[in-house]
Amino acid sequence: MANLLDIRRRIKSVKNTQQITKAMKMVSAAKLKRAQDRVVAARPFANKMTEVLTELAAREREDFHHPLLDSRGDERYLVILVTADKGLCGAFNTNIIKAAQVFLRQHEGKQLEMLVAGRKGRDFFRRRNMTISGEYIGLTGSGRVEYEEAVNVAHAVIKRFSEDKELDKVFIIYNEFKSVIQQRVVVEQLLPVARVEENADSAAPGREGAQGVQPLTLVDYIYEQSPEDIFSRLLPRFVETQIYRALLESIASEQGARMTAMDAASKNAGELINTLTLNMNRIRQARITTEIIEIVSGSAAAAR
Amino acid sequence: MADRIQLEIITPERRVLSEAVDAVTVPGLNGELGILPGHTPLISQLRTGVLSYTQGGTARRLHVSGGFVEVSEDRVSVLADIAEQPDEIDVASARQERERAERELGASANGIEFEAAQERLERSQVRLQLAAESPSAAPR
Repeated sequence: MANLLDIRRRIKSVKNTQQITKAMKMVSAAKLKRAQDRVVAARPFANKMTEVLTELAAREREDFHHPLLDSRGDERYLVILVTADKGLCGAFNTNIIKAAQVFLRQHEGKQLEMLVAGRKGRDFFRRRNMTISGEYIGLTGSGRVEYEEAVNVAHAVIKRFSEDKELDKVFIIYNEFKSVIQQRVVVEQLLPVARVEENADSAAPGREGAQGVQPLTLVDYIYEQSPEDIFSRLLPRFVETQIYRALLESIASEQGARMTAMDAASKNAGELINTLTLNMNRIRQARITTEIIEIVSGSAAAAR
Repeated sequence: MADRIQLEIITPERRVLSEAVDAVTVPGLNGELGILPGHTPLISQLRTGVLSYTQGGTARRLHVSGGFVEVSEDRVSVLADIAEQPDEIDVASARQERERAERELGASANGIEFEAAQERLERSQVRLQLAAESPSAAPR
């Protein structure tokens, strides 16, 4: 019967944990709201960008060359992996790391290296002796990312890609925000920027995560600068917005995943408290019953 | 043909403005571009400067920097790196920025740093100019 005290202690500790998970859920919910707003706010720019780029690409087609556009060999890949800095967000990190591993396995023959944003991804692949050519920690951790930070990443990638002619392709793997309870791992080819075909449905293989772009209608634009000039200015900016979007999506997904995970944890803690309380009461009652029996049988013996 | 144009100013982070206006003037790379309803489709890069538009007789001005403008079918889409309303401009930090840029311009003679500093100087000057002439920002 001595474990009555133990159970009480246990209940108290579970209650503490529940308070923490509840608080984390609230914080995530607030951060999620903000992250979601930012994803939505970033959409018009990205969409318009894609529109104009498509427009230009349709015009220029094959006769135009740019280092970020021309396809190279198929030997060396750089993979940008966007994970979270922190855990406690359900299967969020596991899923994305698993997807990355699948990707790596599919391209086993190639020379692969990684650029990781997020502590979780870095730790995982560092332990597995992956070549990590760059890391960005603290980028996704605070729950918000500035456009300039995405630009920094983009510039590093673009610089790397234009200097290292041996590098053939750059991919980005991130969690796309579907809904609060749903994330989708997306693998996109970032560089070279996929040439957009004239018939929009066969456009850009491997970019299934892209938002729907309005059907293309060719308008005769006046170009204040030469289309080549505008195009080559636009391409890096396009890469920037792509990375920015990936980071935003990932952050929103992370907060959503954490919110659901913490909600589940709070619920589980509640259930645990209920069972423990039931147990405790049962024991307490049993103890009282025994005491009464003892007293009754004692007085009965004395009365005899 | 509509007698107004839909002006949209978008930055990577947010939509700054979306309104029907009478006329727009944007700082194109090759000079100011005046856009009235019915303008031919056009694409141009932007430089740091002042974008102004009139709406029902009142003129408004904004600071834009970088990016490009697309005109199509009575629609002006400005995709700028930075776009600010005059009352959003932080005068103190713009002043600091100007001083720093001037110092850096003096120190580095050429190259990428020079260009970057020059760009920042230009940006801060436009900011200060706009903030100074805008009555809404004055009380601060």
